[in-house]
Amino acid sequence: MSSSELDPELHAHGDTHGHGTYRSYLIGFLLSVVLTAIPFWLVMANPLGNPGVTAALVITFAVVQILVHTVCFLHVNTQAQGGWTLIAYIFTGVIVFITIAGSLWIMYHLNSNMMPGMETGQTSYSP
Amino acid sequence: MATATREIVPDPTFHLVEGDDHDHETGGGTVLGFWIYLMSDALLFASIFATFGVLSTAYAGGPTPREIFELPLVALNTAILLVSSITFGFAMLAMEPGKVRQTQLWLGITAFLGACFVGVELYEFAALIHEGATPQRSGFLSGFFTLVATHGLHVTVGIIWILVMLVQLGQRGLHVENKRRLLCLGMFWHFLDVIWIGVFTFVYLLGMLR
Repeated sequence: MSSSELDPELHAHGDTHGHGTYRSYLIGFLLSVVLTAIPFWLVMANPLGNPGVTAALVITFAVVQILVHTVCFLHVNTQAQGGWTLIAYIFTGVIVFITIAGSLWIMYHLNSNMMPGMETGQTSYSP
Repeated sequence: MATATREIVPDPTFHLVEGDDHDHETGGGTVLGFWIYLMSDALLFASIFATFGVLSTAYAGGPTPREIFELPLVALNTAILLVSSITFGFAMLAMEPGKVRQTQLWLGITAFLGACFVGVELYEFAALIHEGATPQRSGFLSGFFTLVATHGLHVTVGIIWILVMLVQLGQRGLHVENKRRLLCLGMFWHFLDVIWIGVFTFVYLLGMLR
């Protein structure tokens, strides 16, 4: 029992995997178009009228689209390079999250603890 | 005494001894190494995103995102980059059976779309600077120009790389080395599209909501 019998598509593009198939590129493209169009529509037409909910939805769509690109275009999966690309990707994802979320969190609190007059550009304390 | 100690210490082995199960893919090590470079590039972008995030409301009395961003232009650029991603995919699909001409054609279209993207971005920058929204105006604008221009610079390097590959394909065809280079170039190009998702979401869309 060879692997080509199990999965004809795998056989079709040989053992040089990591290139993807016509189908994976097309699915990735169509999903990306939808996942891009919806957040742009949400912000430009503003059908919800609630900035908080819109922002949460826009961020959710971005995260989903990044995952779609990773799977369909970058072909990250558990098999590629013996799983090392996936491990590096997850590690980077964690560091990216800590860098961005941590910076915003810390700097937001530092801003809150500042004396009112020290924030440049804020006119709230001007007489 | 020192010589005796040296004799006991075995030769340090810095590679895996059981190297039989290594990847059978062409240039597996190169591809993984390039992937790790891309991940370090993602960390570079993470720090720039964090900087922009911290400075994103530091307007210093200057223009706010709502006043200066034109979403239709950003939507156009997003569409251009997205289409360039699938045209690069078509180049990779033409590469596998060794169709040199078709690969070159799709690569050429991808480079053209990339040039359009950079062109639209430069037009946007020129319009902003003309309005007085220069990088020096406020922390928000410094962060904005740094983040978006770093991405644009990456795309420019990608275009140059595509042009180099077009010449190499014309001279030597689709041999193993060129296939490996195209594989790395493809990862680079798709990676830039992933970064752009972060840019249009966090800079433009969320900026308009503030």
